[in-house]
Amino acid sequence: MPDATGLELIAGELRDAEGADVVTDTLFFRDRATLSVQPTHIRAVLAHLRTKGYTFLASLHGVDYYPHEPRLGVCYELLDMASVDRITVKLRVASDTPEVESVTEDWPTADHQEREVYDMFGVVFRGHRDLRRILMPEDYEGHPQRRDFPIGGEPVIFTFNERDALGSSE
Amino acid sequence: MEVKRELLNTGGRASGTRPGAPAGGPADLRVQSLNARQLLRGGDLEGPNPSAHLEGTDFERHVEESVLTTTLDRAVAWARSNSFFPATFGLACCAIEMMSIVAARVDVARFGFEAFRASPRQADLLILSGRVSIKMAPIVRRIYDQMLEPKWAISMGACCSSMGVFNNYALVPADKFMPIDVHVPGCPPRPEALMHGVLKLRKMVQDDPDMGWRERYGAHGTEELLPELTATTEAPAAVNVFGEGDTAGA
Amino acid sequence: MSEYRRREQSITLGPLHEQLDEQSEGGAESTQELLTLNFGPHHPATHGVLRLLVTLQGEIVRDVKPIIGYVHTGIEKTAEDKSYWKVIPVIERMDYLSYYFNAMAFCGAVETLIDVEVPKRAQYLRVIHLELNRIMSHLVWLGTSALDLGAISMFWYCFREREKILDLFEMSSGQRMHTRYFQVGGVIEDIPPGFAEKLRGFLAEMPSRVDQYRDMLNGNEIVLQRLRGTCPLDAETLLSLGVTGPLLRAAGNPWDLRKADPYCSYDDFDFKIPIGTAGDNYDRFACRVAEMYESVKIASQALEGLPEGPHITEDRKVALPPRHELATSMEALIHHFKLVTEGMRVPPGEVYFPIESPRGELGCFVRSDGSSKPARVHMRDPSFVNLQATSPMVKGAYIADMIATLAMLDPILGGIDR
Repeated sequence: MPDATGLELIAGELRDAEGADVVTDTLFFRDRATLSVQPTHIRAVLAHLRTKGYTFLASLHGVDYYPHEPRLGVCYELLDMASVDRITVKLRVASDTPEVESVTEDWPTADHQEREVYDMFGVVFRGHRDLRRILMPEDYEGHPQRRDFPIGGEPVIFTFNERDALGSSE
Repeated sequence: MEVKRELLNTGGRASGTRPGAPAGGPADLRVQSLNARQLLRGGDLEGPNPSAHLEGTDFERHVEESVLTTTLDRAVAWARSNSFFPATFGLACCAIEMMSIVAARVDVARFGFEAFRASPRQADLLILSGRVSIKMAPIVRRIYDQMLEPKWAISMGACCSSMGVFNNYALVPADKFMPIDVHVPGCPPRPEALMHGVLKLRKMVQDDPDMGWRERYGAHGTEELLPELTATTEAPAAVNVFGEGDTAGA
Repeated sequence: MSEYRRREQSITLGPLHEQLDEQSEGGAESTQELLTLNFGPHHPATHGVLRLLVTLQGEIVRDVKPIIGYVHTGIEKTAEDKSYWKVIPVIERMDYLSYYFNAMAFCGAVETLIDVEVPKRAQYLRVIHLELNRIMSHLVWLGTSALDLGAISMFWYCFREREKILDLFEMSSGQRMHTRYFQVGGVIEDIPPGFAEKLRGFLAEMPSRVDQYRDMLNGNEIVLQRLRGTCPLDAETLLSLGVTGPLLRAAGNPWDLRKADPYCSYDDFDFKIPIGTAGDNYDRFACRVAEMYESVKIASQALEGLPEGPHITEDRKVALPPRHELATSMEALIHHFKLVTEGMRVPPGEVYFPIESPRGELGCFVRSDGSSKPARVHMRDPSFVNLQATSPMVKGAYIADMIATLAMLDPILGGIDR
C-alpha cells in the first residue's frame, strides 16, 4: 500500500495535473489508501493512476450512503501488480443526478461491474455501450440495494396459511 | 382376531377440510374407510354410527382415493416408482449435494434413479435443488410444464421449500408456482436426507400414483393439449400452451 | 466434382485455426447465415443457470453474450439486515463451492475494521480448511468438466475424494457444506481429537490420487485434442478484463495473492505456483490439477506446524467467551449477552479485503457505520469478472470448444449472481 505520505504525493500530483478541486479527500485507514474524487474527473484520475503503475482494476462497486447526501457512491479498487500496491478511488453522486462517466473504454473489466452498479443502485454510466440490468429481470422496477428499498420477502408457507399464501386457487 | 379401534375426538381441523373429505373431519373419514373395507370384504358394518356408510358415487370415489384398486394399477405404480428419471436441474448449492447422491457413497443407482435426463420431455422427476430467484421462476415453471405426466417434483433444500436462509425480494418459494410432492429440509440437505426424500416419494407413488394432486393444487386446465384438438373442439387451450405471437415468460 | 467432395478434400489435419481461416477465405461464409442459439439457463453443460446467447455461423461461434441473474439471491442486501456474525452463514452461500473462502474474505474485512489480532493457531486452522476447500473445489471442477467433455467416469473418482474431505469438514464443524466454521477473530471451535490423524491419512494418499486423475486424462487422445490449443487468450487481454486466478496463471502470469500479498500466515509455508505457457484450455486444466498437489503440501505443513494456543481471539467484545466462564464471571456473562443479542460493534470505516479463492481474487468490501450491522457488504466475485472473458476466448472457435472453455473457466453461478 502506498503509505500516508505516498498517498498525499499522489493526491498532490492529481491536483496539479487535473485541477485543484479534483481530489476532495484523502484517507489512510488501517494501512489502506483512499482517494475521494469528483465524479466528473474519474476517467482522468484513473488514467493518471495507470501511469503511476496501478494497471489492474480489481473491483468496481457501488455504496449507498443514505441518508447522507451525495448519496450514491462508486468505488474503484486499483491494484499495482508489480509493487503489490492497492489504492481505492471513491466518488459520490447525488441520487437525483446519478450520472458518472463510464470507464469501460480504458478498463474493459468495468463492463459487467458497471451494469451491476446500475442495476442495484441506479447510477447511470454515460458512454457504456450496453447499460441494462444484469442481475434483476429486465423489466424490474426499483434499485434493490439502495438502503431505502425494502428487503422484501414472502411469508413462509405452512399448512395453516397455505390458502392465504397461495391465493384463492384452493 | 377382532381389532377394536377407538376413535379419538380430534375436534376437527383448524383450517377447513380438503375437498373431497367428509365434512365431519378425520374421525368420520376413518369410520368411512373402515366401512368401505368391510363392505369390500362382505362383513358387517362396524363403528358407532352404522348409518354413516357411503353410497353410490361417494362410495366409489372414496374407494378410489383411499383403497388401492386393481393389481394392474398396483403393478404400474410399482414400475413407475422404481424408475424415476430425474431431470438435471441444479440451481445452487443443493445441486452439489444432488451430485453427491449420484456419486459412489450414496449411490442412487442402487434404486434405479441414476438416469438423469437433460431434456424435460424425457424426465419425470424434477428435483428442484437450490434457490429459485424471481428471474428463474417462470423458467422452472416452463420446464415443469414441458414434462410429461405422470410427473413429480421434489423441493430440495430450505430455499425452495420455504424461503430458506434468505427471505428477501429476490427469491420465491417453489410452492407458489408449482405443485411439490416432497419437501426435503436442510441447507443443504445431506445426500442421505435427499435420498430419504426420494424414497419417501417412491413409497408415495407406490401406494397411490395419482395422489389427487389436481384437486389439491387446483391444477385443472394445465394439461397440455395439441393445437389441432383445441382448434376443432370447443375447449380452450391450456394455460401453458402458447399461441401464435405469445412470448410471455420468454 | 461435387461441392461435398471438394469440401471434404479441403479438410486438412493441420491446426484448427488454419482450417477456419481457409474456410472463411474460400467464400464459405457467403453460403452460411448467422444463427442465434439460446443455451438456456437450463442446460446440462452450463455449470449452473448461465444463459448464453450464441451467434453461430455453421458450427463456428461468432459471438457469445452471457446473460446472468437467474440465481440472484440478494445476499448483499440480506447481509445488511443481520449482525456481523449472522452475516457469515449468509455470505458463505454465495460462491457455494468455496464457502470457507467467502467466510474468510468477510471475516478478514471485519477483523481489519475492528483491528483485532487472530491467534496463530486459528490462522493455521484457517489455512488447513482453506486449502482443503481449494482441493475440494478443484475436484468438483475436474469431475464436472470431465463430464462435459464426455469422460464420465472421472466424476465418480473425484467425488470419492470429495466425500473424504467433507468427512473432515464434518469432523471439525458438524456440517459438510456451509459450515460457519470461520468467525470474526478465529474459528468457532478447535479441531476434535482424531482430526489430525484423519487429515494426515488423507493428505498422505491424496497425491497418488491426483496422479491417478492426471494419468487417466493426460494420456487420453480425445481430452488432449479437445483441450490443447483451443481458445487461448493472452495474459494482457486477461488482465485488462480483470481476470485472475488459474485462468491468468495458465496464460503465464504468476499472480497469486497467497504469495504476492500473504494473508493469514501464508508466508510461513513453502509452496509453488503452477503457471502455464500457452494460455489454452489444456494449460488451465493442468494448472488446476497441479494446484491440488500444492494445496496438499500447504495443508501438510500447516498441520505439522500447528501451534498451541487459543482458537479464537481473547477479545470478549468480538468473540464469545467459553461457556465454562459464564458460570463464574459476570463480565463474561455480560459480554455473551451483548454479543448474542446485539452483536459486535464495529468502528465506522470501509475496507476491501482480497484473498485468493480457487477461481481468482475474491474480495470483500465492508462498510461499517458504527452499529452492529454492516452498512454495505459487497463481494468481488472472481467468476463474475472472469465471465467477461468468455466472449473473447470463444470467438472463432467451434461450439464444442465453447463447451470445453466454459468447463475450464470454472464459473460458479452463485458467486456470479450473488
